[in-house]
Amino acid sequence: MKFGIVTFPGSNCDYDAYRAVVDTLGEDAVYLWHKAHDLEDADVIVLPGGFSYGDYLRAGAIARFSPIMREVAAHANRGGPVLAICNGFQIACEAGLLPGALARNEGLSFLSQPVYLRLENRETLFTSRYEHGDILRMPIAHGEGRFTADDATLVRLEGEGQVVFRYVNREGEPVASANPNGSLGAIAGIVSDGGNVLGMMPHPERALDSLLGSTDGLALFESMLARVSV
Amino acid sequence: MSRFRVAVHIVPRRGILDPQGKAVSEALQSLGFQGVGDVHVGRHVVLDLETANAESARGAAGEMCRKLLANPVIEDFEIASVSAL
Repeated sequence: MKFGIVTFPGSNCDYDAYRAVVDTLGEDAVYLWHKAHDLEDADVIVLPGGFSYGDYLRAGAIARFSPIMREVAAHANRGGPVLAICNGFQIACEAGLLPGALARNEGLSFLSQPVYLRLENRETLFTSRYEHGDILRMPIAHGEGRFTADDATLVRLEGEGQVVFRYVNREGEPVASANPNGSLGAIAGIVSDGGNVLGMMPHPERALDSLLGSTDGLALFESMLARVSV
Repeated sequence: MSRFRVAVHIVPRRGILDPQGKAVSEALQSLGFQGVGDVHVGRHVVLDLETANAESARGAAGEMCRKLLANPVIEDFEIASVSAL
C-alpha cells in the first residue's frame, strides 16, 4: 500500500507522517509537492499538519487552490481514502471535502498538549482496529481547531455516525473542561458523507511510539492497512 | 475599463462565538469605556480592480468574498466602499 503525503509550503508534519508510514508501518510513501498534478498512484492521501501558506487569510484557505488539490479532490470523489490531520483538516474543510470549518480556539491561545479522545464510530475504514468507546490519548497543536458547523450539518454528522472522535476527560466523559478549543459537540474528528475522508485536529502520526507518550494512533494506520486493498 | 478601489469587511458570523471580539470588549470595559456592547474583530481587505464600472467592481468583489476572502460557514462579509481611482 502506498501513501502520498502532500507537502505545501509551510507543512511541517509531512515528515512525521512519512516516518509513521515508512518506519512504523513498513509501507511505501511518497511526498507529493503541492504544485504537482499527479498522485503517483498513491492509495491513500495524507494532508499533513503545519501552517500552509503561513495560514494567510484563514488556515487552509490558500492551500485548497494548490494544483495538487484538484487531484486530491478527484481521488476523494472516486472514494479514495484521505487522512486530513490538523492543518490538513482545515484545508479539507476549506476545499469542501468535509463539512464545517475550524475557527479560532475559544481561549484564543495556540494549544500544544495531549488530549483524551473517545472513539465514537469504529465502522469506518480508519477505525476498525479500535473498539467502540476506546479512550485514546493523542497530542494536539493548533490555534484554529474549534469545529463549527450550522445546526443542520451538526445534526446530520451526529445522526449518520460521522463524528469519529470527541474530546473527553480521562474517564471518557465529554465534559466542558475536556474540550480544549470550544468545538461544537466537542468534535475532534469527522468523516465525510462517503466515509472516505477523515479530518481530525489531534495528531495520530505523533502517537505511534511509547517514547513519545502514546501509541494510540497506531490502530488508525493499521485500520487503513486492513481495509484499503492494494 | 476603469480602476476602482473596493474595501471589504469580513467579520465572524453573528451567532458564532467570537472569543477575540469578546476579549476586546472586556478590555475596553476594564479601561473604563462606558456602554461597550458586542465587539467583533475581523479583516479589512482593500482590492484595486480594473472593471467596466463601479457596479461590476462591486459584483466582482462579492464573488471574490464568496469564493475565497470569506468562509461562509463562519464569516459574513460586506462591501464597505467602492471608489474610482
